[in-house]
Amino acid sequence: MSTGIDAPPLRTTAPPRRFPSQAVTGYLFILPALIGFAVFYLYPALRGVQISFTDWNLLSEPSTVGMANYNEVIRDPKFWSALGITVKYVLWNIPVQTLLALGLAVAMDRLVKSMFVKGLLILPYLLSSVVVAMIFLWLLDPFLGIVNQWLDGTPLGKQSFFTSAEQAIPTIAFVNVWKHMGFNALLFYAGLQAIPRTVYEAASIDGASELTTFRRITLPLLRPVTVFVLVTSLIGSFQIFDTVAVTTQGGPADATRVLVYYIYQNAFSFFRMGYATAMSMVLFVILVVFTLLQMRLLRANESDLE
Amino acid sequence: MTTVPRSYHRPRKPFPLGRLLAWLALALILIISVFPILIVLKTALTSNRDLFTEAARLWPSDPTLVNFQRVLGLLSTEQAQAAGGSGSAVNFLSALKNSAIFTLLIVVGQTFFSAMAAYAFARLKFPGRDVIFTLFLIAMMIPGIVLFIPNFITVRNLGWLNTIPGMVAPFILMTPFAVFFLRQFFLSLPRETEEAAFLDGAGPFTIFWRITLPMSQGPLATLAILTTIGMWNEFFWPFLIAKDEASFTLPVALQVFKSQTPQGVPDWTGLMAGTFITAIPVFLMLIILGRRVVESLAFSGTK
Repeated sequence: MSTGIDAPPLRTTAPPRRFPSQAVTGYLFILPALIGFAVFYLYPALRGVQISFTDWNLLSEPSTVGMANYNEVIRDPKFWSALGITVKYVLWNIPVQTLLALGLAVAMDRLVKSMFVKGLLILPYLLSSVVVAMIFLWLLDPFLGIVNQWLDGTPLGKQSFFTSAEQAIPTIAFVNVWKHMGFNALLFYAGLQAIPRTVYEAASIDGASELTTFRRITLPLLRPVTVFVLVTSLIGSFQIFDTVAVTTQGGPADATRVLVYYIYQNAFSFFRMGYATAMSMVLFVILVVFTLLQMRLLRANESDLE
Repeated sequence: MTTVPRSYHRPRKPFPLGRLLAWLALALILIISVFPILIVLKTALTSNRDLFTEAARLWPSDPTLVNFQRVLGLLSTEQAQAAGGSGSAVNFLSALKNSAIFTLLIVVGQTFFSAMAAYAFARLKFPGRDVIFTLFLIAMMIPGIVLFIPNFITVRNLGWLNTIPGMVAPFILMTPFAVFFLRQFFLSLPRETEEAAFLDGAGPFTIFWRITLPMSQGPLATLAILTTIGMWNEFFWPFLIAKDEASFTLPVALQVFKSQTPQGVPDWTGLMAGTFITAIPVFLMLIILGRRVVESLAFSGTK
């Protein structure tokens, strides 16, 4: 993704004369956005750094504790467990979601181009994550959920899904696969549309098989989209909160206490603002690494379609 | 967008097995996408009396609107309890209103103010312009939780907990993405019309309002659609700010309604009616704006 920043034009001797007093006009135009940015992005980002060095329960005055919060993060087994659970969630969520989306996009590209089909596919993506969580709580209910009503007659038997420590994270991962699969398929589909058909015609003339064409042409040319889909969904995945908050609330037996849920608990249940903020800073660093990785990979792939 | 059909794969044989399998897979995934929503509707239309006996059925034998009526507060407490509700229902009608106000204010405010800023970044020259814009871009990378804790404290200090101003504050003036998105488009617009208007004596705001905005209806609509979807579904922030029932948005109301029911047997029929109500506006948007919504989403990913 290009940053879109133009080099500032060199100031020649005469000032620009297109609008009178452009500076004042310019500042007036950006004023509302600038206030929003300063108060709700810039200030909280800096304030967050500051809060992370304090001990603060919101009621009494914050007291500065230096690196104590960060030291505690490193030694907190619950933090590492939350990070581990988050990684486990990401490892269930991302591969399944990406592979299904890619397959779906290819199927759409080859078989149907109908707007109706695309509309149905992105329907889950349009739903609130709370709605999606609610839907699956009901579908997968151990007693009355229709999935267990069906499983009851099969060799698999009834499953506990959200209420089992082993199944809860994979279940939450699949719920979000359901929500995001169609949207990611749409992105892949848009990427497929951008591949010139002449490339395929050439391959077809050379007698390349379907599988070879996919492996040698489609996949490499799709790489920028793939990297984009992978990294944005990875960053989103690491911030999983809504589904957990609605379905398991960290349980059973802390099996689904993901990182953002643990941060939320520290801030708004235990009122440990400093500690929660320090952990959110650590998450920020993890995500910056992924973002830099994304930019690196995207730039590395920009020339593929030339 | 080029929509030239590609024909490189026209079947060498009339109907290869691979094609049939691909069709089946696609059909299966479509069913998996839509089926859960049908079960929500079915459950919402089932009376509490039939819920246990018809759990495995795909459609209620005796559909009823009573669950919608009770979660929307259209029935008296006695009637609602008789229909299987707990009586302590959340007011979904008020949540529907709050969600509409919350989403509308943000979509209008954010689109307009971001467009103004984007116009200045694309067209006007002022000291510090590129530095400020670069800061906006960097801010796109900050994850929600980093900002939400300090923002919660700011809103609390302003005395805006439980209020609409508190809920819309972080979103109504800008998002870095909105400014970035519109600036890229404004840069691509031809300058000639604006310059002609300037020679005719129009000021910058007139030019922005009368020329640039009308020429940008497509991108503005795309941004408005993306913002509507995002804000209608936003959970974390309203969940932090709205602690009184009177200020719940729909996703928050839904979550609270669920957690109010005692452990064990939630009020599934009421819950599914509330779930369906929450989802109706996005269904309508997809039905009415179909192609636009799909294209907006596809666009949000590719650039």
